[in-house]
Amino acid sequence: AVPPDFFPWFGLDIGGTLVKLVYFEPKDITAEEEEEEVENLKSIRKYLTSNVAYGSTGIRDVHLELKDLTLCGRKGNLHFIRFPTHDMPAFIQMGSEKHFSSLHTTLCATGGGAYKFEQDFRTMGDLQLCKLDELDCLIKGVLYIDSVGFNGRSECYYFENPTDAERCQKLPFNLENPYPLLLVNIGSGVSILAVYSKENYKRVTGTSLGGGTFFGLCCLLTGCSTFEEALEMASHGDSTKVDKLVRDIYGGDYERFGLPGWAVASSFGNMMSKEKRESVSKEDLARATLVTITNNIGSIARMCALNENINRVVFVGNFLRINTISMRLLAYALDYWSKGQLKALFLEHEGYFGAVGALLELLGSA
Amino acid sequence: MPMRPSKEWVAIKMAERGGRGSGGHGSLDKSITLPPDEIFRNLENAKRFAIDIGGSLTKLAYYSTVQHKVARVRSFDHSGKDIEHEPLYEISVQEEITARLHFIKFENTYIETCLDFIKDHLVNTETKVIKATGGGAYKFKDLIEKKLGLKVDKEDVMTCLIKGCNFVLKNIPHEVFAYQKDSDTEFRFQTNHPNIFPYLLVNIGSGVSIVKVETEDKFEWIGGSSIGGGTFWGLGALLTKTKKFDELLQLASKGQHTNVDMLVKDVYGGAYQTLGLSGNLIASSFGKSTTADKEFSKEDMAKSLLHMISNDIGQLACLYAKLHNLDKIYFGGFFIRGHPVTMRTITYSINFFSKGEVQALFLRHEGYLGAIGAFLKGAEQDNPNQYSWGENYAGSSGLMSTSPDVFPMQRTRSGTFDMFEMDRLERPLVNLPLLKDPSTYIPDTVDLTDDAMARKYWLTCFEEALDGVAKRAAASQPDSIDASERAEKFRQKYWNKLQTLRQQPFAYGTLTVRSLLDTREHCLNEFNFPDPYSKVKQKENGIALKCFQSVIESLDSLGWEERQFALVKGLLAGNVFDWGAKAVSDVLESEPQFGFEEAKSKLQERPWLEDSYSQWLERLKEGPPHKCALIFADNSGIDIILGVFPFVRELLSRGTEVILACNSGPALNDVTYSESLIVTERIAAMDPVIHRLDKGLAVLVRERETDLVIIEGMGRAIHTNYYAALKCESLKLAVIKNSWLADRLGGKIFSVIFKYEVPCK
Repeated sequence: AVPPDFFPWFGLDIGGTLVKLVYFEPKDITAEEEEEEVENLKSIRKYLTSNVAYGSTGIRDVHLELKDLTLCGRKGNLHFIRFPTHDMPAFIQMGSEKHFSSLHTTLCATGGGAYKFEQDFRTMGDLQLCKLDELDCLIKGVLYIDSVGFNGRSECYYFENPTDAERCQKLPFNLENPYPLLLVNIGSGVSILAVYSKENYKRVTGTSLGGGTFFGLCCLLTGCSTFEEALEMASHGDSTKVDKLVRDIYGGDYERFGLPGWAVASSFGNMMSKEKRESVSKEDLARATLVTITNNIGSIARMCALNENINRVVFVGNFLRINTISMRLLAYALDYWSKGQLKALFLEHEGYFGAVGALLELLGSA
Repeated sequence: MPMRPSKEWVAIKMAERGGRGSGGHGSLDKSITLPPDEIFRNLENAKRFAIDIGGSLTKLAYYSTVQHKVARVRSFDHSGKDIEHEPLYEISVQEEITARLHFIKFENTYIETCLDFIKDHLVNTETKVIKATGGGAYKFKDLIEKKLGLKVDKEDVMTCLIKGCNFVLKNIPHEVFAYQKDSDTEFRFQTNHPNIFPYLLVNIGSGVSIVKVETEDKFEWIGGSSIGGGTFWGLGALLTKTKKFDELLQLASKGQHTNVDMLVKDVYGGAYQTLGLSGNLIASSFGKSTTADKEFSKEDMAKSLLHMISNDIGQLACLYAKLHNLDKIYFGGFFIRGHPVTMRTITYSINFFSKGEVQALFLRHEGYLGAIGAFLKGAEQDNPNQYSWGENYAGSSGLMSTSPDVFPMQRTRSGTFDMFEMDRLERPLVNLPLLKDPSTYIPDTVDLTDDAMARKYWLTCFEEALDGVAKRAAASQPDSIDASERAEKFRQKYWNKLQTLRQQPFAYGTLTVRSLLDTREHCLNEFNFPDPYSKVKQKENGIALKCFQSVIESLDSLGWEERQFALVKGLLAGNVFDWGAKAVSDVLESEPQFGFEEAKSKLQERPWLEDSYSQWLERLKEGPPHKCALIFADNSGIDIILGVFPFVRELLSRGTEVILACNSGPALNDVTYSESLIVTERIAAMDPVIHRLDKGLAVLVRERETDLVIIEGMGRAIHTNYYAALKCESLKLAVIKNSWLADRLGGKIFSVIFKYEVPCK
């Protein structure tokens, strides 16, 4: 069994925009253990589990909590917490105030921030980070969470009839035999991995047009200040006022090339005209930005799938959080352009797999 | 000298006009004065019109027949005449009709003026239809039909584009280039590959189309992207409030994308080492603008946008290239169109994503592809695809300067008319079947775009010779009243071309001694000087013929080994007579008595600068006679008659057939095909071993199983072909009549090159 003073169990993923933190709350603590438990540890557990928001920007995604999970012989709940990367200094400060370093634990961290903030952890928090590769963690996390399921439900799902608002359905997908799969991680930027087995994967490519691009452009175009606000605007906008469609150029389908009239010929193409620039709303612009970035990711993912000869594409990353528009669009685009050959899959814990992977590394190395 | 190409004649009146703002040309009066004979040339014979109207530029194409003068030589009937005092043959200047393709590019703003101009000058009435393509063809349909009285016949944009692309890839040398901003030569022109298919064409217009072209008629749209030029323009206009595409590019070229983009080092604090991703890579485009309370500069945003779009296009293009197993991608569309900024970012992206396995390539005449294709669609009955066409350097504007800093004038395209003309060649151009590897054959020895020292030298050399050539041209037509006026116009035009090339050596593809010579011939032809040296050649051929017999007699009196050396020496001495070499033309001008023997005395003594004479002699001595020798002859007069022919005679007497190849058209005092016929005829009259074969060279070479190629003269054996590898034995010989070049090769003036090569087995 794992010694009690090994707690707390954390996994940290410090991305370009968001920090993802997973925390395992042991529920099987014996009275004996409780007695021995240091105050610090208790106070951390209490702080994390009794709140859903931390400071002004930290949030616990309660709906994602995994209950009664058995990890390394211990039973407990897995909590999912996120906060913006620019609050990293405050987080380290808090760790220092709560004397985290006295707990004799290792803090496993992945993501670029594990490198960027390593020095700060050491000097400000007196903490030595265990730095882990983000892609290793991502894959470990995905495979693990998918295998334990989501509180009895399926972690993996897909959309049936993705473009039909009436008939569109989110349905569970059994990813029991997952290989090979193309894993598309959409954070601030995008990484695309081809996974052939638990140990065998490669990064196929990546693109800088990711969640950060959507949010960054929305801030510039609409003056919004949060991702949620940007998505909310997008949900009320009409991208066809901003984009030039095939039918805007050819009057209908472009049959010579088999292009449907509804396809976007030029993203933001209508904005070349002054009159049209003056007639679009911020919502339209937000929607067009979302559609542009999403379709582009779909297109690159599709080409990678073809080149790697893989037909299951799993999309993860926090860009997809509360972003049904993008998920449906990806589902539809992949299906349409591949003539039904490719399937877009999604996972409930979207952006937390890196952090889960980091936690698993911690336990694996124990 | 103004450093602009000769466009001074486009007078644009600037006028203050308040209250009008459409198309961004509010203050520019749209009336321009078009000088006839300069822009829409040869309209009186024009037919088969085609027009490609893009978002901002119109490209007009038509076919014309050009009447131009050619020098003809004709044998006199010598019977009963005083042969001693008559010239050898008669020279007459005749009119010849050749086909020419005209392409003119101008801003849409001038379309009305241009249509009016065409209507006023169009005499031909048989044309009823104009082929039209491009996004603007709909918009201007009524205007065109009204103004020209021609029916507009629409053609598919992509079909035209690909037809045009195939056409330039096949016909125009150095059409294709790779762009390398940070090297000495921005443009890396590619040698034309005999087989152009298959290739990938990525057209970046408002969106992106990716087309795989497999044969002349077979192409397939394999994909595309909506993130293209329209995204850069539309999103750029929203972000920066800058309305024009060119201005957005200007902004982008001044910006710092790192202020807006989130880089790998912003996330990692450095590089992402396990993946080998550099810290300077963009992790998230616009990833730093995720805040409402910071201002970003227009320049920085434009730059970030440019990178985002270029990288994205490059990435997709690479993915498609990989899927279809192609390693060449041609880029076109208004996003590229000669813009150094976008060529640079696209090239970077392709290199990055393909890890150097795929090459981003661009086309010199990219802007004309649609017009060329539409024209070809309309001209199918003239079978333009069955002929070879050559770029006319005199009538074409060439590639614009690309550096916005060097030539701000040229970047503002307003009011400039860009032109591209192609002449139909007399016969299709094919590779010599004896070339070891036609796909890697690079005729030119020195690339003057690359070699700045050599470029300076040769440009000066051609400048210094220009007055003499102009004088010679005027003198060649003593009966013409306007000869000196035309000669001056020629001088002016060629001078301007040379100045353009000083500034923009890449204007017409790789600059070479050959292209400088060709440009001069095109300019001479343009002002109706088809053969300025015709009289000189006539005189020299006459004089040389008179000496032929005594030269032969003295050769025949020698023993075999002595004779072989005398023949080679004669060949070399003959090659001294070159009006193109200043050192020689000075001597020839001042010492009219300078003859064959004097020339021999000028030659370098053995060992020569390049000397494989012993191997050649050994070969003659030990080996069987060659089946057939192909000789590329150089100059008229002593060169061909006293140098080449005795050599030919010796080969014939060994049982070797000889094919003599001469220029089809005049170039300086080079012997032309028709002159060679007369000369051959006269020699044959004295020497019965010679007779005439009249067939295509390539056919002849195969049919006669040519196993020896002899290339003579600086132009053919040093400036070009020096490194050409052949499948059979070859002899390259020349006398270096230019101290600069001699010096460069480590010798003195009148050094001898005698290069005998046997292909390795």
